[in-house]
Amino acid sequence: MLTIDRATYDAIVAHAKRDHPDEACGVVAGPEGTDRPERLVEMVNAAGSPTFYEFDSTDLLQLYKEMDRNDEEPVVVYHSHTATEAYPSRTDIGLAMEPNAHYVLVSTRHWAESRGGNNEGPVEFRSYRIVDGEVTEEEVTVVDELPARN
Amino acid sequence: MAIEVRIPTILRTYTGGEKAVTGEGASLSALIDDLEANHPGLKDRLVEEGDLRRFVNVYINDEDVRFIGGLEAELSDGDEVVVLPAVAGGSR
Repeated sequence: MLTIDRATYDAIVAHAKRDHPDEACGVVAGPEGTDRPERLVEMVNAAGSPTFYEFDSTDLLQLYKEMDRNDEEPVVVYHSHTATEAYPSRTDIGLAMEPNAHYVLVSTRHWAESRGGNNEGPVEFRSYRIVDGEVTEEEVTVVDELPARN
Repeated sequence: MAIEVRIPTILRTYTGGEKAVTGEGASLSALIDDLEANHPGLKDRLVEEGDLRRFVNVYINDEDVRFIGGLEAELSDGDEVVVLPAVAGGSR
């Protein structure tokens, strides 16, 4: 299960909307071993594409060095799909290299279709574990604030 | 000539869980061969058909090796090498 605070959840959704129709991507870092997504880092999609995302290689190195210094790990790795459902594609599965991360997929397709109408369509927000090519969906619990650390 | 190589989580199965290992070599290619001798299987995760895998990033002293010769990039004593899988994907 992924437990995430409301502000971080909303910020990921806002990022996906802002970058639509291109895919948005980023991570939420947290202290190693705690499974707490505490620090949102929006990344630039170096591919700048509606069907592909890739962290810029220099930004990627800076991000990992920073997490290393802070004893953090990528608790959440997120990206958006802008015309398809929030489910990992074959590409997503093949390239998923963080066995400990929650892979969050956000889809802006219904939201985008509804633009200009009276009711704003929802942005799908789903989370998965992707390990050795195997995808397991998990529940997402949104809380006002993450519980205090033990 | 010792070069420190930072290993990402997903490849630590080849290094007995170690976050960093040391190796030797005057080029990235030679270093990878040296690492392979001590950590069999690692090379295949980095190299494909004589080239670096598309979705593996290797940095020498913070420079992406793609811009400094790829597998032929030169190494000197004390250089720091970082291996990071690309974070990438897409809807297709």
